[in-house]
Amino acid sequence: MRFLRALGRLWLVPVVLVAWEAATRLAEDIFFPPPTTIAARMHEMWFSGPAERLWLTDAALENIPTSVGRLFAGWLLAGVIGVVLGVMLGRSALLSRFIDPLVQFGRAIPPPALLPFFLALFSVGAQMQIATIVFGIVWPILLNSSDGARHVDRQHLETSTVFGLSRSQRLFWVILPSAMPKIFAGLRLSLSLALILMVISELVGSVNGIGFQLLDAQRSYDLPGVWGTIVVLGVLGYLLNSVFLVAERRVLSWHRGANRTT
Amino acid sequence: MLEISNLTHVYGGGPGAHHALGGIDLKVAQGELVCIVGPSGCGKSTLLRSIAGLLRPTGGTVTLGGKPVERTPDDLAVVFQDYSRSLFPWMSVGDNVALPLRRKGMDRPRRREAATEALEQVGLAGAAGKYPWQLSGGMQQRVSIARALAYRPALMLMDEPFGSVDAQTREDLEDLTLRVRSHHDMTILLITHDIDESVYVGDRVVVLSKAPATVAGDLRVDLPGPRDQITTRENPAFVHLRAEVGRLVRGMRNDPAVSS
Ligand SMILES: Nc1ncnc2c1ncn2[C@@H]1O[C@H](COP(=O)(O)OP(=O)(O)OP(=O)(O)O)[C@@H](O)[C@H]1O
Ligand SMILES: [Mg+2]
Repeated sequence: MRFLRALGRLWLVPVVLVAWEAATRLAEDIFFPPPTTIAARMHEMWFSGPAERLWLTDAALENIPTSVGRLFAGWLLAGVIGVVLGVMLGRSALLSRFIDPLVQFGRAIPPPALLPFFLALFSVGAQMQIATIVFGIVWPILLNSSDGARHVDRQHLETSTVFGLSRSQRLFWVILPSAMPKIFAGLRLSLSLALILMVISELVGSVNGIGFQLLDAQRSYDLPGVWGTIVVLGVLGYLLNSVFLVAERRVLSWHRGANRTT
Repeated sequence: MLEISNLTHVYGGGPGAHHALGGIDLKVAQGELVCIVGPSGCGKSTLLRSIAGLLRPTGGTVTLGGKPVERTPDDLAVVFQDYSRSLFPWMSVGDNVALPLRRKGMDRPRRREAATEALEQVGLAGAAGKYPWQLSGGMQQRVSIARALAYRPALMLMDEPFGSVDAQTREDLEDLTLRVRSHHDMTILLITHDIDESVYVGDRVVVLSKAPATVAGDLRVDLPGPRDQITTRENPAFVHLRAEVGRLVRGMRNDPAVSS
């Protein structure tokens, strides 16, 4: 039954692909190559390597792990900074009063606007890209964490007080778990932002990575290559989000359970 | 052990202010079990929260062991009236009961053992691995009682602890409370709206008036021997006390003059 329903939801994909193929073949527009051409180019670019390397080419091995590595480095760093600062802001009204205007200002700056600055500061390379990613995605994590930490159920805090939990016990056993649904919402949002900023930073200053490859294909008028790279980015984004959702479902199973019954 | 003198509390200010406590005097000796009864909304939970240091009363003093209560005292456990919100939904029932035991310096196996034992005592032997939201209201209430029992506090505050369980379980829990009290020399303050229960478990029954609450009656319960659900309840002294408490509480409800 579930299988049938999944099938029911997926039937549109092949229909669109076939229609796209037919339309692009008829139009013969150089900017819109048919999906089969894109697939062939993708295969050539990334998956025509030797079997012992899982058919991955040099280009694939150099660019995809590099990009994904930067993305994760930026995301993890932003996660740590965002959660630590966010929980501090959420638990301290004083701190929050002083820092909040800065946070509001910082998150209002469009992250790409800072690219020239980061380029000057770090020059081309991983540091500059990670800095761009971190600055661009830390805000949803920070704001969500502080919101979550601020709105811990009063009864839960009183229970911790009555039973004499220490400050660290209170933090790790009460405040963080109760802020976790919010923290995860922030992390999910920033994961998709991280992909965007990864591409942008690689378009501007990079000598490798998926974004660089996209730029490279465009410069050499390799339109199937451009399309192929876009498809890889789409698949990457989809995979990241799916894996994240699985992890979230695990960690927050109590939250779904508790909300179903009360 | 516990001394409350002229305790007053006003919620809010201005014309909307609500006078919850109107000067309460109460002394509780070490090892005593005092039941507090009074009409709904009269300020019982407010009184309990001031004793627990969760609320700073607007007037009067609470002293515990000779020291004024300014922050939450050590060695105190509370069974909250709103029991479901006082359990942590992200922890299993066993972990909920075991968490406070960390500060007692127990290692992990001993904490688990104590939690299992307390859960057995409240009739939830198999529930340690479940989550609070997988249990019924009455079961959650018993978990929160188990948590307080496992903690073995010097002073235990219970706010309508048996409100959501069936009659049979309720009697079992009353007897359990009596047993634990005599075994570990706890001082217990138990809020209830059940007059029979207050006389059955209490060494004393304190009746509060309508808001602003004052002590309207303070009766010593002198019943012979260890209490027993059947024989104690048919004892003439029990029946007499129950009627007396009932009259005090009823008097409060029918006579508005008392509260003004
Ligand atoms: N935070 C608050 N702000 C304002 N008023 C409050 C607050 N908490 C309680 N009150 C009021 O104080 C009065 C006493 O409340 P309290 O919870 O102590 O009553 P109670 O005797 O425990 O009642 P019940 O038997 O229904 O539990 C009530 O009228 C309530 O409306
Ligand atoms: Mg109450």
